Amino acid sequence: MSGINANLGISIIVSAILYGTPLLFAGLGELFAERSGILNLGVEGMMLMGAVSAFWTSQKMSGPSWLVLLVAVLAGALAGALMSLIHAFLSITLRANQIVSGLTLTIFAGLIGMSSYLGSVLSLGDQAGRHSFSDINLFGLKDVPIVGPILFHESALVYASWLFVILSLVYLYRTRTGLHLRAVGESPRAADAMGVNVTRYRYIHTLLGGALAGVGGAMFTLQIATNWIDGLTAGAGWIAIALVIFAFWRPDLLLVGAYLFGAFLGLGYDLQARGFTAIPTEFWSALPFIMTIVALVVASTGSMRRRLGAPAALGLPYAREEG
Amino acid sequence: MIPISVRFEPRERLSRWTNVWVPFFAIVLALVIAGIVLAVSGHNPITTYQQIIEAAFTQPGAFTQTLVSTTPLLYTGLAASIAFRMRIWNIGAEGQLYLGSIAAAGVGLYLQNLPAPVVVIAMMAGGAVAGSLWAAIPGALRAYLNTNEILTSLFLNYIADYLMYYLIFDSTSFWRDLTSPAARVFPQGKFLPASGNWPALSIGSVTVPLGLILAIVLAGLLWGMIRGTRYGFEMRVMGDAPRAAKHAGMNIRRKILSIMLLSGAVAGLGGASQVGDFRHVLDPRGLEQAQFGYTGIVVAALARYNPISAVVAALGIGVLTNAGLALQGPNFPIGLTGTMEGILLFCVLGSEIFVRYRLRIGRTSGPVAPRRAEAAPGPARTAAEIASTERRELAS
Repeated sequence: MSGINANLGISIIVSAILYGTPLLFAGLGELFAERSGILNLGVEGMMLMGAVSAFWTSQKMSGPSWLVLLVAVLAGALAGALMSLIHAFLSITLRANQIVSGLTLTIFAGLIGMSSYLGSVLSLGDQAGRHSFSDINLFGLKDVPIVGPILFHESALVYASWLFVILSLVYLYRTRTGLHLRAVGESPRAADAMGVNVTRYRYIHTLLGGALAGVGGAMFTLQIATNWIDGLTAGAGWIAIALVIFAFWRPDLLLVGAYLFGAFLGLGYDLQARGFTAIPTEFWSALPFIMTIVALVVASTGSMRRRLGAPAALGLPYAREEG
Repeated sequence: MIPISVRFEPRERLSRWTNVWVPFFAIVLALVIAGIVLAVSGHNPITTYQQIIEAAFTQPGAFTQTLVSTTPLLYTGLAASIAFRMRIWNIGAEGQLYLGSIAAAGVGLYLQNLPAPVVVIAMMAGGAVAGSLWAAIPGALRAYLNTNEILTSLFLNYIADYLMYYLIFDSTSFWRDLTSPAARVFPQGKFLPASGNWPALSIGSVTVPLGLILAIVLAGLLWGMIRGTRYGFEMRVMGDAPRAAKHAGMNIRRKILSIMLLSGAVAGLGGASQVGDFRHVLDPRGLEQAQFGYTGIVVAALARYNPISAVVAALGIGVLTNAGLALQGPNFPIGLTGTMEGILLFCVLGSEIFVRYRLRIGRTSGPVAPRRAEAAPGPARTAAEIASTERRELAS
């Protein structure tokens, strides 16, 4: 293989990881919420609120860059969690329709909603970012051929996302709480009979989902774009929701899916940057969405039709009817 | 532990009265919460509400502008209502409306030398067919492959958006103006000649667009269809009791597809009205910024998927949307529109449980049980049944 091709391959993988990481964070969050039985279609809105809150924090705060960035990411997580609290209260306590409530959250927080309002009230639109995540040369292994630039030259957020995937796998499949969580999503009645507090599990995991979506959004304003534009996630939140479906609700497959779709998102930018303009930019922008539809169709046909891995109680309110 | 329990008990009777005061209270609550948001962000809520009312009704020409904002929202609200009523979650009205605009602009430009009534009707037909075909994609996938229509219809919105941008900004398409001096500075679509401008009705100083009249007629027809036809009956059964529909031998697949086609046609007509009534050009940026399709979901949910109520809900949200356009600027940033819509819908959604349930606050070990045992049969069951219809498998 010639060196140019290898370089192109590496740069595609690097950009797949860059654009895939917000999908991974938001997808993991949605995975936890759905595992508890709560479908939250507000991911796009939560990401945008995370993005705008993180950016505002990083612009206002002073101190060492690493501390500012850490606090900014936490602010993004907090904003996402607060947004998901609205959805949790409506769908868990008030038993509202989860689909409509989640869509409302996206309208409330999204492109012409709260995130845009905050962006304009705090006049963030015309500010250049003061802090951004940069790639860390982990263990000094950056220059190792092929794996170096991919595995050992990433930002702290990317390393954190890998850690999260591992923690999620352990949590879901190796701990008692994880077992309870899966039970709540599969059969809340049985979980309740076992003595698991269904309401508490659903609240906690919906909030965790919101926090992770907020972190995913923060990555846009702190690493990918490093400024604020209304609606800058441009559909990433929706792709994250779709990813959970074709990852069959499993964190490890989610990682693969996130990078695959990260590659589609990054491909357009890369090819344009290299002066490849034979195919119009709109096609490259639409490609991730076209591919998501294709993947959804594949996931819903054939042997997969039985919705492998979908929590059985997903989207259904639970009320203990005594007497 | 605090010895107090808060819980919901099914109401023994579903009264008409709760059906009125609960939404009323929800709207008041929404105004209060939105007022707090305004106050916290440094705006006087009373002044802002006053400005909204002035911009919507009292200033000269204001009501005409309100109707301009109401028209597309009624189309997308109806499109969402009929699909959501059957628990088909068509989130794609946005893209179906774009396709309707593309088709209507194309037809209007192509047939421009024909008599105006012919052009107008052809634009309507073109918009409806294009919207319908775009909706057929998620419809057929859901009906025959059980693919989640929420996500497919949503992703098609993005694809339709990029298609519009391609036609006007990145190609030498039939829709793009390549000759006028303005178009050389900034890409824009070809404007339709007079034959493609839909007529409007003037009542006093208020202008009522043809598209709005058509949409109101459509609301009546859809309401009649749901209430009075066999098709509408089957649609209601499938929405409320999908299992019963299956046992009764209804062709569910065809129903799902046909509802999507109808929903898409209504949204597509809304797109045609954008070109014929208001813009007279294919305007990707304007349509994208308006977010009519998503706002239609708010309209439909506020109207509880009832086409007649959708007229009122579209007017209400039209007032808000119009305020967003008329007051645009530091006092009323565009993001406030969605924020207020969201608060309103959250309050209405959250209040629905109070129609069916009663909030009971008491001691954890209080003697509540005996009364509940007596109340089991009768209307209480109806309330429980309504609740149980929500348990339909989310599917796909």
